[in-house]
Amino acid sequence: MKILVTTKRVEHYESKIRINAEGTGIVTDGLTYMINPFDEIALEEAVRLKGEHDAEVVAVSIGSDDATQQLRTALAIGADRAILVKVDQPLDSDCAAHVLKAIVEREEPNLVLMGKQAIDDDANQTAQLLAEYLGWPQATFAAKTESLESEAEKQKEPAIEVDDDTATVVREIDGGLETVELDLPAVISVDLRLNVPRYPALPNIIKAKKKPLDEVTLDDLGVSANAKVTVLGYEPLPERKAGVTVESVQELLDKLQNEAKVL
Amino acid sequence: MASILLIAEQYKGSLRKVTFNGLGFAKQAAEQLGLDLHILIAGSDVGGIADELQGYGAKAIHVADDSDLEIYRTEPYTQVVCKLADEIDAQMITAAATVQGKDLLPRIAGRLGAGMASDIVEMLEDGTFKRPVWAGSVIARVRVETDRKVVSTRGTAFEAPKKGDDTADVNEVDVSLDEADKVRVEDMEETKSERPELTEARVVVSGGRSMKDDKGVKMIEELSDLLGAAMGASRAACDAGLVPNELQVGQTGKVVAPELYFAIGISGAIQHLAGMKGSKVIVAINKDPEAPIFQLADYGLVADMFKVVPEMVEEIKKRKGA
Repeated sequence: MKILVTTKRVEHYESKIRINAEGTGIVTDGLTYMINPFDEIALEEAVRLKGEHDAEVVAVSIGSDDATQQLRTALAIGADRAILVKVDQPLDSDCAAHVLKAIVEREEPNLVLMGKQAIDDDANQTAQLLAEYLGWPQATFAAKTESLESEAEKQKEPAIEVDDDTATVVREIDGGLETVELDLPAVISVDLRLNVPRYPALPNIIKAKKKPLDEVTLDDLGVSANAKVTVLGYEPLPERKAGVTVESVQELLDKLQNEAKVL
Repeated sequence: MASILLIAEQYKGSLRKVTFNGLGFAKQAAEQLGLDLHILIAGSDVGGIADELQGYGAKAIHVADDSDLEIYRTEPYTQVVCKLADEIDAQMITAAATVQGKDLLPRIAGRLGAGMASDIVEMLEDGTFKRPVWAGSVIARVRVETDRKVVSTRGTAFEAPKKGDDTADVNEVDVSLDEADKVRVEDMEETKSERPELTEARVVVSGGRSMKDDKGVKMIEELSDLLGAAMGASRAACDAGLVPNELQVGQTGKVVAPELYFAIGISGAIQHLAGMKGSKVIVAINKDPEAPIFQLADYGLVADMFKVVPEMVEEIKKRKGA
């Protein structure tokens, strides 16, 4: 079995994001970067499945040379190989899906595991678009309900199980949890609640330096970077008017009733 | 005439409330772009729901009624929507960015060769869109370059329109699905709650890790119930196992925008703020006066929740009784 997993390089989730003076992008000075947290969960799940199924895990990232760092981290966590698709500019979701389709056609994995969205553009489209372009079934938002420190979590009942031809996925939907069975090959996008990603151990970080990391370009893949969605600019959130501090429960409820009129 | 197609969403025979927020956008877009408004409702035995969609200026309401559509699945719904979109020359296809909307719309965009703007909060006069990015830290203005566009709308960013007395044609959609679906729904475990859905509630009361244990959780529950509110929680509270994960409000949980939001014992991590900063009125209660949540709050009370929440419960009961 072969599993392809995406590892997009994004700003750390605790970063304070500020817009540059021209409104054309964000201020990157002082920011730190990480594997998209949802992709981290997909990677963890891929490595877990590898332990069960003797699978090969291939990590792919679309980005600049800097994304090599995230791919090395993925290799240290347990991916066997990595592919960097080198681009100068960020791609929109549709282009990213076409790139991944080309990679899937080369690699022929049984399963693609991806974060449900990247925490920079928050679009939540690429997994679904990829599944569509491949003509594969999709299961989005693979998740578990157990809290991360609960007994059930410690017993690790997985929300994704695979055999030769099918995958069974527990997914979070509005109103509950749904279990679906889908034919492989398939695309599965993962939600926060699937697992707790591991940290790479030091010996593995050293070993990861020797694992193969290939670089390809859009030309190599025969994909053109025609965006269907263009970002024209960024602006700050509308200002909220300054709040007031209240001294007591009485005063709070008075204000909610009489001033804000929401109680 | 070209049209805009709103995909209404039902769950077990009831329309989701956010469908009407999505309808608010669709109606506005129809007027602005000079398109006919069409609405699709899909499911099994959903004919009755069509009546609830009357009075919103639609030219037609399309009912796709088939036992194969009873439970939402990506492929059958994609086929139904794409076929209808071609028949009515839909230039824009839209739905609320619910779990179903998020699963379905990109697939439709891919099949129709359309570009998609996710989770928009505004459409500008020039037809471009505003949408929050980086967990709602900033707003991006985006242009969809294709003639046909797919758009998902964020929660309550658009107001539900007023119901009028106009009548739309009701059209029964001929449902003929290609090929066996490669996805089979095996099981559905419903969340049991007497409280309103987080994303649809007028009031949300959220607790943080400061709830500490069951006693703290009970306090937040009692206040929620007294206010008829949905209960939410911070990621820290969910991670600690104090409450189930589906209560999580934040970038990694649910995005809510109620009229009134209580953040109790929540410091205000960026990822939590992203999930609730669209709320109309925000109340923060925290014993740490430096907690970032106070910068966002309309009303802040620096106090220990174990002291003031029971006090609030008593006082609200008193005022309700008066």
